[in-house]
Amino acid sequence: MSNKSLLMEISEIGFICTDLNLYLDTHPNDNAARADYNFFTGQLRALKDRYNMECGPLENFGNAINADGWEWNNSPWPWERK
Amino acid sequence: MWIYEKRLIYPVDIKKPNLYMATLLNAQYGGENSELSAGVTYLNQRYYMPDDTVKATLTDIGTEELAHWEMLGSMIRQCIKGASLAQIKQAGLSEWYVSHRCATFPSSQGSVNWTADFASCTGDPVADLMNNMAAEQKARATYENLINLSDDPDVIDPLEFLRKREIVHFQRFGECLDIVQRKMRNMDNGNGVSQPCS
Repeated sequence: MSNKSLLMEISEIGFICTDLNLYLDTHPNDNAARADYNFFTGQLRALKDRYNMECGPLENFGNAINADGWEWNNSPWPWERK
Repeated sequence: MWIYEKRLIYPVDIKKPNLYMATLLNAQYGGENSELSAGVTYLNQRYYMPDDTVKATLTDIGTEELAHWEMLGSMIRQCIKGASLAQIKQAGLSEWYVSHRCATFPSSQGSVNWTADFASCTGDPVADLMNNMAAEQKARATYENLINLSDDPDVIDPLEFLRKREIVHFQRFGECLDIVQRKMRNMDNGNGVSQPCS
């Protein structure tokens, strides 16, 4: 999978998690929504781990390994990404 | 504590420079009802709020607002980058260029710089949550005005996303208001007077 399509998938699953998170803040007893949140959180973590391995670090401050030099500086910045 | 992710919360890819839209988009980057105002307002309101649900909601919506602010910065930068000096003069951006060249800056209408006056906090949970609901509606209306003035799908698409998020945030703050009002009625035996410094 290309950098761009993997990033798009992270955007989509990330959005599901963000929206469910806000919903659960005010509906903490909705167990079905919480199960969805937990499911997509697992998916998102796996996608980000894959991106970090294949495309360079998406996350800083100890959340992703920089295997090939200090890659954090070099992977494209989001406002420059084509 | 916050962690940065090297991605936008929603993709932005504006291919054609558009100084007209860059100027207008500043309303949401550094104006009174901007994403920056919303982010600072919500994150600042958390410390005194009397309910954990509201603290969580302010933290999470405040965080999302900062991600929206980054979308706006990206949009404005992509609208400005590559413009010629002649285009900058023609778009009435000479004064902007003198102060900021082709950089983004939290300022709207050309001259009104972002100020903490745009960040609202009375310290009263009901007043502040109602303020936040109004702020979300004002931002929604602003996004609709911006969409009406744009003819570039690359600009309209992220604006549509942002517009929809204002509606969700309004809904969540309304639920927070219900929770706080119920809780306050129970705390003060219904007399409606809050503690002087709670």
